[in-house]
Amino acid sequence: MDMKMYSKFDRHVLVVNRIIIGFLVIITVIPLVYVTVASFMDPATLLNKGISFNPADWTTQGYQRVFADHSIVRGFLNSIFYSFAFSVLTVLVTMLTAYPLSKPSLYGRGPIMMFFVITMFVGGGLIPTYLLIKNLGMLDSVWALIVPGAINVWNIIIARTYFSGLPKELSEAATIDGANEMQIFFKIMLPLAKPIMFVLFLYAFVGQWNSYFDAMIYIKDPNLQPLQLVLRNILIQNQPSQDMVGASTAMAEMKQIAELIKYATIVISSLPLIVMYPFFQKYFDKGVLVGSVKG
Amino acid sequence: MEKVYHTTSAAATTVPRIAKKRRDKALWDRLKRDRWLYVMLLPGILLTLVFKYIPMYGAIIAFKNYNPLLGILRSPWVGWAHFQEFIFSPNFTTLLLNTFKLSAYGLLLGFLPPIILALSLNQIMNKKIRQKLQLILYAPNFISVVIIVGMLFLFLSANGPINGIVTKLTGKPIMFMSNPGYFRTIYILSGIWQGMGWASILYTATLAGVSTDLYEAANMDGANIFEKIWHIDLPALKPVMVINFVLAAGNIMNVGYEKAYLMQTSMNIPSSEIISTYVYKIGLQSGDYAYSAAVGLFNMIINVVLLLFVNNVVKKLNDGQGL
Repeated sequence: MDMKMYSKFDRHVLVVNRIIIGFLVIITVIPLVYVTVASFMDPATLLNKGISFNPADWTTQGYQRVFADHSIVRGFLNSIFYSFAFSVLTVLVTMLTAYPLSKPSLYGRGPIMMFFVITMFVGGGLIPTYLLIKNLGMLDSVWALIVPGAINVWNIIIARTYFSGLPKELSEAATIDGANEMQIFFKIMLPLAKPIMFVLFLYAFVGQWNSYFDAMIYIKDPNLQPLQLVLRNILIQNQPSQDMVGASTAMAEMKQIAELIKYATIVISSLPLIVMYPFFQKYFDKGVLVGSVKG
Repeated sequence: MEKVYHTTSAAATTVPRIAKKRRDKALWDRLKRDRWLYVMLLPGILLTLVFKYIPMYGAIIAFKNYNPLLGILRSPWVGWAHFQEFIFSPNFTTLLLNTFKLSAYGLLLGFLPPIILALSLNQIMNKKIRQKLQLILYAPNFISVVIIVGMLFLFLSANGPINGIVTKLTGKPIMFMSNPGYFRTIYILSGIWQGMGWASILYTATLAGVSTDLYEAANMDGANIFEKIWHIDLPALKPVMVINFVLAAGNIMNVGYEKAYLMQTSMNIPSSEIISTYVYKIGLQSGDYAYSAAVGLFNMIINVVLLLFVNNVVKKLNDGQGL
């Protein structure tokens, strides 16, 4: 828009507005920059003086130490597997459930929808769910992280809304050609629903990747731990492995090294999402918008 | 005369019967026609039955003296004993207030920033610049809660960067993470830092949909930016604001325990222990399943009541429009 459209007062307001947004951007970026620079610092300098922009104080020691231990890499691989399997299952179940519920002529559609929606507001809670998982023999197994969360009512509502918006003529034409609903679903509807499937997949993937609580209660075997649990050991519980810190270091040095390892760990583990996210941003935005459609 | 009477009475009974038969046949045909649709629904229904409804049934252990060896069914009933125990326990008020305050303050402080940010971004006319700014402002949303809390511990530790500044100013560091007085502030401010940008997406999108005619008309009338925000932007945002507020207020007892649990230290427990972290500790760490299930159930009931209450209040204020 032309600047001449604005009065003098408005132009002042716009300047203040830019300052405010600039301030917010700086507030957002500073912690991230700080962590990144700190992860390259010499451990003694970091603990005593904080970060510096003098390359003489920089090392890659933190990263070498983090990779000296397998736990991060193993957590990474576990998390990739869990997130991928979980997202595929979620999308599949969501699509299968949402398509029939998008048909107005389906007998019992209202009650079936109610059956799902109730679970958004009422639930058994943490303890009964834990006991169920335990009784099913799913403790310390991959299934505990992948299966129970695969059904999500929000996703169903979103996908159902999407299917409702697709032209009816397509499935009608296919019915006349003698295709049954299963064929219509897999051959016509799913390909049309690719955009929404991708959005749901991304959300499920990020959600699973970033969560730790279910893994904390269900998974005890260190070999099965997802990345977030490994991170929790290092960052929150202050338990970096001996391989990282080194066995024969003095107390004071250990403290410095532990600090450095934490910064390096944060950078390594959040880098993939932060780097990938700009490429997927439009899909994430879309997810928020479709999600806002009332079901 | 009698004959006529007969035929009508026969007709009166057979017609509904035929109609019912026809309806049954029609229903059967519909079910048969849609059989594949029902097959598709099966996995979702099964998963929901097993992982959502069985735990609801399992919640009856809240009214029992649960013994794992006897199982849920055969464990003896104790009625409301666990609930009474919780309500009369010394930490009941603290837990309830901690949960409520953490959530309510979070809602009060966190509700406006995304709206202000959206209004602010909306004033930036250059689309490319605006998108770049959004890209940066949304990024923290993708950082996991474990890393966020890890960063909090690093930044706020005695020799961390924040205390570097504090020590220069006052001479001694502040123990942020072990002082119960700071817990809620840290929790809420870091939550706003992480979530403000992301929460603004919906508002930004709503503003993008406002017709430019309205702004042009306002320009004709000589309205300034604030007048345009007040008379055009805010009314456009109102429905989204209402929905967000109802959802947040209805979820007030469901405050994010994942983050609260990670932020807990033995020193800040007086303000950081909330009902859900307490349930986890009593239930899964100490193994008192029945009592902690009762506490969890108590929390959920409050939450449902709150949701209904808030929805009703908003309905009254918002011309009958709730959720």
